[in-house]
Amino acid sequence: MTIDLAQFHEMFFQESAEALDTMEQTLLQNNDGAVEKEQIDTIFRVAHSIKGGSATFGFTGIASFTHTIETLLDLVRTGRTTVTQVEMDLLLRSVDIMRDMLSAEQHKRPLDEQAVGELQESVKEVIARVSGNVPRATSAPAPAAPSASAAEPVASAAPQQAAPVQAERWQIAFRPGSNLLARGNDPLRIFRELSRLGEITVRVDAGSLPPLSQLDPHRCYLNWNIELAGPKEKEPIDEVFDWIGDDADIKITAPAGFSAATVTALAPAVEAVAPAVAASTSKAPEARQAAPADAHKAAASESTSIRVSIEKIDELINTVGELVITQSILSQLMINMDGPQAEELRNGLGHLERQMRALQESVMRVRMLPISFVFNRFPRMVRDLSQKLGKRIELKMTGEQTELDKTVLEKIGDPLVHLVRNSLDHGIETIEKRKAAGKPEAGTIHLNAYHKGGNIIVEVIDDGAGLNRDRIMAKARERGLIGADEELSDDRIYNLIFQAGFSTAEKVTDVSGRGVGMDVVRRNIMELGGNVQIFSNADHGSTVRIRLPLTLAILDGQLVRVGSEVYVIPLVSIVETIQVRREQINSVAGGRAELLRLREECIPIIRLYQLFDVEADTTDLHDGLLTIVESDGQRMGLFVDELQAQQQVVIKSLETNFRQLTGISGATMLGDGRVALILDVPGLISLFESREKLLRDDRQAAVRHAA
Amino acid sequence: MQMNAAMSDNTMSAGEFATDEAEMGSQYLTFVCAGEEYGIEILRVQEIKGWEGATHVPHTPVYVLGVMNLRGLIVPVINLRARFNFEPRRFDASTVVIVVRVQCSMAEKTVGVVVDAVSEVYTFSNEAILPPPEIGEGIDGSCVSGLASAGDRMVMLLDIDRLIASSIENI
Repeated sequence: MTIDLAQFHEMFFQESAEALDTMEQTLLQNNDGAVEKEQIDTIFRVAHSIKGGSATFGFTGIASFTHTIETLLDLVRTGRTTVTQVEMDLLLRSVDIMRDMLSAEQHKRPLDEQAVGELQESVKEVIARVSGNVPRATSAPAPAAPSASAAEPVASAAPQQAAPVQAERWQIAFRPGSNLLARGNDPLRIFRELSRLGEITVRVDAGSLPPLSQLDPHRCYLNWNIELAGPKEKEPIDEVFDWIGDDADIKITAPAGFSAATVTALAPAVEAVAPAVAASTSKAPEARQAAPADAHKAAASESTSIRVSIEKIDELINTVGELVITQSILSQLMINMDGPQAEELRNGLGHLERQMRALQESVMRVRMLPISFVFNRFPRMVRDLSQKLGKRIELKMTGEQTELDKTVLEKIGDPLVHLVRNSLDHGIETIEKRKAAGKPEAGTIHLNAYHKGGNIIVEVIDDGAGLNRDRIMAKARERGLIGADEELSDDRIYNLIFQAGFSTAEKVTDVSGRGVGMDVVRRNIMELGGNVQIFSNADHGSTVRIRLPLTLAILDGQLVRVGSEVYVIPLVSIVETIQVRREQINSVAGGRAELLRLREECIPIIRLYQLFDVEADTTDLHDGLLTIVESDGQRMGLFVDELQAQQQVVIKSLETNFRQLTGISGATMLGDGRVALILDVPGLISLFESREKLLRDDRQAAVRHAA
Repeated sequence: MQMNAAMSDNTMSAGEFATDEAEMGSQYLTFVCAGEEYGIEILRVQEIKGWEGATHVPHTPVYVLGVMNLRGLIVPVINLRARFNFEPRRFDASTVVIVVRVQCSMAEKTVGVVVDAVSEVYTFSNEAILPPPEIGEGIDGSCVSGLASAGDRMVMLLDIDRLIASSIENI
């Protein structure tokens, strides 16, 4: 057996990435300068665990860098400096650099060493300024880590105050568990770190070493007794052993004259030394209280969640999906069954169905994550961008706990970033302009998320200048998107900015900028089965509203029949289904297009059997049904033979084994095991329109030909 | 001593097996489509099932019969007669769907191929496989990877990856 440390790398990278997110968020909470001790402790812990991990795995660059950061944080923590704008910027930039370093290690990519070096220097300057920079002679250099020793003079800044107390020698009994090495802990690293705190003497106790023939090289048989001179407080020593966790029995005995006689480093050992603590002076109870509280907190956050790969969850969801289909097949079989036992069986199946729904729902919920995962990136972004643009912006976030499917969540990040950037850059005016308009200097961007009728609504609201209606119109006329004297409703105008390349041609200031990439935003959102709407109020700001499905795996559908085929129409797209009277139908363009007059509105009719080329029961609009669907404010009537059940269907991709098709978003299995296609309403509309255009072109060609 | 003997025994049989394998070549499942016999590498065949119908998929070529439910998987079904521009024929009791796994668009896909009837499983040694003829009759010549004779009949060996890819990509 060999231990491959690489298997732990992935976990380390993942945990470090999360840790950095925490660090960044905590830092941003501190924006007003008032730093609470607890927050600094959090940040310190994060930096410390990254340092420990990277040192263990031999990422010396990261270890050295985080060490410097840790030193700075320690100065803050011990109250020797405060976090001002300068430190805040440094720390935030450090977060970025650490992210870069980690990702460089993870993906074996080259790293911008210069940026790292520069930032590290800036941090060291601050440290030097605060601590007076007197290197400590007693700190032993770490022989095995050359880059770590570069940080040595800085590292010693912290224990420097304790320097005169030579007589103090801590006794540390370090009895690691036999699987210490297997967990990736390196005792050498611990000694190295301890040596930075002061002069150490390490004595090994090889008493439990087995004879050579029985020795397993992967187990740790050694115990150590360490004498350490230097630190005035116990805390830095505890921190060195932090990384070991529960793997070892560690007893730290304070030097004579120190307030507490014996205090333990780790929670499991607390009870054992309780008597000693009881006998000690006033400082001990404090320590005793602190330790269990921390341990409790750590335990709580560990035991309430587990990390599961998304494949496992998807497999589970798939299986449950199949189960639902099987169950509905059984229910269907039951319909024609008679006899005394049939009733009982029917009852049983009824139970099964309810339980199945519950099971499906809870399984789906496993994939759901709060939208705060996406929102969290914005405080930082808004802060940086507003500084760069010289604007003052307040970011307000509400509904962060609204849960969304993980896949939706991952794909909504980029569009949202784009929208927020747009609001920042083009929506919110400069301070001067805002003052002139009589608005507060600071603009507001409000990110809001909430549930509404089986959908998630995410809104980006700003109180900026709003969209410039006239300029959009002018631009659209210029590009020939609308006729010279055609007038449009506000809705339609704002929708123009979603046109591909609408404003990228010329980068005119306000308005045009807002169109850049808006088509991409809309496409991304439509791919997720959602839609975007824009509301704007000149001088009062604009609102972009994104509607998203809760999940991509199931869908509330209406089954419709056309001839022998059954299709599923997403319930969200359906406005109503009506039976039409002949007088409601207007035939235009020589019978090639049909319009339905419905409450002062003209709705184009799509004959599904024609569009899909299937045999229908009837071709007379009067005999069938028209299902009115809507997408992007545009309505269409789908002509079908019959409405069938409304039901939740499990969405299966057509692409997996086949290919993507316009107008069809996927397929599902019906109760009888047959496959039904799920209609994609926006796609259907564009399919219909492109057909119409083809027909029109043909006709025009024919006319020209005749002339 | 004893151990040695056993070992050499093993080596020998393994050696024999290896030569067998080389001589054996590959196994092919053959089927009939419009009077011709075609072969697919048997390792590509996942299963063979009777024709149970498929759901029509609009805006696809005529040879795409639609999609079917294969234990929860949505699988496209291709009519090989139509794909090769042969006369259509009524599906009957001998009509089968050969479910194959192919490499297509950088992914492994499962696809059903409807043929008139399955025929045999043959083993063709590599030497027995002749290069494909210049022109395939009505069928796309690039989808034929070779010819082999089974008794007095010729079997056209299909490059199934190519055949399926050309059938479902860019249509």
